[in-house]
Amino acid sequence: MYRAHVLVCGGTGCTSSGSARIIRAFEEELRETGLQDEVKVVKTGCFGLCALGPVVIVYPEGSFYSRVNPEDVKEIVDEHLLKGRIVKRLLYTETVQEDQIKSLSGTDFYKKQKRVALRNCGVINPEDINEYIAYDGYQALGKVLTEMTPDDVIDVIKRSGLRGRGGAGFPTGVKWSFAKASVDDQKYVCCNADEGDPGAFMDRSVLEGDPHAVIEAMAIAGYAIGANQGYIYVRAEYPIAVKRLEIAIGQAREMGLLGKDIFGTGFDFDIELRLGAGAFVCGEETALMTSIEGHRGEPRPRPPFPAVKGLFQKPSVLNNVETYANIPQIILKGPEWFASMGTEKSKGTKVFALGGKIHNTGLVEVPMGTTLREIIEEIGGGIPNGKKFKAAQTGGPSGGCIPASLIDTEIDYDNLIAIGSMMGSGGLIVMDEDNCMVDIAKFFLEFTVDESCGKCTPCRVGTKRLYEMLDKVTKGEATLEDLDKMEKLCYYIKDNALCGLGQTAPNPVLSTLRYFRDEYIAHVTEKRCPAGVCKKLINYSIIADKCKGCTLCARNCPVGAISGTVRMPHTIDTAKCVKCGACVEKCKFGAIVKK
Amino acid sequence: MANTKTAVPFSGTKEQEARLLKLIEEHKDQKGALMPVLQGAQEIYGYLPIEVQEIVSKGLGIPLEEIYGVATFYSQFTLNPKGQYKISVCLGTACYVKGSGDIFNKLSEKLGIKSGGCTPDGKFSLDACRCIGACGLAPVMTINDEVYGRLTVDDLDDILSKYGA
Repeated sequence: MYRAHVLVCGGTGCTSSGSARIIRAFEEELRETGLQDEVKVVKTGCFGLCALGPVVIVYPEGSFYSRVNPEDVKEIVDEHLLKGRIVKRLLYTETVQEDQIKSLSGTDFYKKQKRVALRNCGVINPEDINEYIAYDGYQALGKVLTEMTPDDVIDVIKRSGLRGRGGAGFPTGVKWSFAKASVDDQKYVCCNADEGDPGAFMDRSVLEGDPHAVIEAMAIAGYAIGANQGYIYVRAEYPIAVKRLEIAIGQAREMGLLGKDIFGTGFDFDIELRLGAGAFVCGEETALMTSIEGHRGEPRPRPPFPAVKGLFQKPSVLNNVETYANIPQIILKGPEWFASMGTEKSKGTKVFALGGKIHNTGLVEVPMGTTLREIIEEIGGGIPNGKKFKAAQTGGPSGGCIPASLIDTEIDYDNLIAIGSMMGSGGLIVMDEDNCMVDIAKFFLEFTVDESCGKCTPCRVGTKRLYEMLDKVTKGEATLEDLDKMEKLCYYIKDNALCGLGQTAPNPVLSTLRYFRDEYIAHVTEKRCPAGVCKKLINYSIIADKCKGCTLCARNCPVGAISGTVRMPHTIDTAKCVKCGACVEKCKFGAIVKK
Repeated sequence: MANTKTAVPFSGTKEQEARLLKLIEEHKDQKGALMPVLQGAQEIYGYLPIEVQEIVSKGLGIPLEEIYGVATFYSQFTLNPKGQYKISVCLGTACYVKGSGDIFNKLSEKLGIKSGGCTPDGKFSLDACRCIGACGLAPVMTINDEVYGRLTVDDLDDILSKYGA
């Protein structure tokens, strides 16, 4: 028995900010003070508050230390673990209130959250199967194999109302029933862990923090549809997730929870890991299967649907990581429990990766139906630097921008579609007044142009043309007619593209045209970028009254566009200026403005 | 994105070839073996020149054009060698809205290379990458396995000088 546990986040965010060094420092320091048998250091998955990483929690007190440096470790060991005095200086400030220390679950960031898919993330050591088992792990699989028929399982999932968390929101139970109905000698269960939306890292955190939940759920799916082989297709960009999955699969095999004759019931199931190689389109279900088969990851026309002819031409089921993470708990706690959370048509919770211009960047899980305002202002802690909220982008390159006027929208699948965005996998990027919406639309189009696989013309050529039109707008070369043309082209692409990538690619353009048309029009008619982002449309100038003539700007201008004599106001030659902004950064008097 | 044949002559060793052949042997009977083999081959050689693709083609019995098709489809496969220090700037949404575009442009200017390029001395290569999932640290770049977060343009000189630029 240990008297204290030191939990150090080993998710990607915290690992990037050096949590591995923190773990080593703790282990060293504990050895030196002779506490190694009393205090255990645990590397966990993501706690969610990535902005404050590296994060360390010390139990039993539950002290939440944020932005810990290796140099701080000695103090935590000497003061907290040896003498029992919490190191207040390092505590997350939200947890300290008038000399009282609040528990983490009472902070604004965690208060409104409900952790279902993430329940074990940041709690257990993901590299030790025993910890998962101690938290009811593999009990659902046991229950399914010994007490339920495949039809019972599908019925429970259907009644829970669980919908696909990859973005499109197709009912999971229905999907399984289609695959079960197909008759063949071989079927497959696949897991989509090719989380490609930029700014989205929910699935990664589940895989890093609770890999066994996914493995257990895939075995349950295998039993339900009659498959004995699973494939997890995971991005190679997620090395920590890949490593933990390998460890988890190995441990599950060793314990007989994967392989032949699981729980002595005669049910066989095994899982193979396949790595992606950096193609966004492989997140589309048929493209993913083509890629596992070893080909260029191009989508296939449907029908036939994967439930009939999927991977290797056999009936297959493909679900997203977060979808799977919900399954064991639905089996154990019952469909009614799951269906009691959320809105009428969207049940349960959803994990969002909160990023962009927001205080608490990180991972949050909230019941469906939570408003954008609650997520951004309460959980997210609002916009930094006193700036104003302008828009939230959901759904990645397939989604849209939600303007400030719709901040009270209750988030669920159908509401987001109705306002021109989509749930997507759960990226939620917050933007403030300094972000130009035309530039953002162009950014996403650049992404889809790059990632279009090239198989169908509407997507390959259409997105490129759309990008060129946006480029014209950002350069102030477009006409109002071009805006109409753009809109028309968007609908052509939506209606005619082969797969989800193309069909949703115009969404960022359509939604910004719908809610931020003024901004487009300013670019076109006034040749002005209101947010001051589009380089062709901004000009730098020096306010003569504020300029002290220190010459710093002139010396730093890479193209010699600034002239003037010492101690006299300088001027910028706009014809020469390349708008790099170096002068603004250097000016100590705030004399240079961009318009 | 991958482009055509590299100007750098192929300098694979016998030892590398032996490792590749062993890898092919291990995966030969696996369904959909090409991707894992190419990933392994890139780990061995650092890139996938046509000479390596030919060995894979022979070993797996898959036509060379199909292998070239796969190698050029996925952005992680590269037909060109990378620098000793591989710099990747994240241009994912979260980083982009926090100014990673400026970081990328500055690096490109400082090193005198474009996206996908490598400095003539083989020291630095520069790529834009999609989200690496460290959005809490945005804007982010990586040099080999080291992650640099909360970057500003002013940090770049210090960082590059660590690598002897």
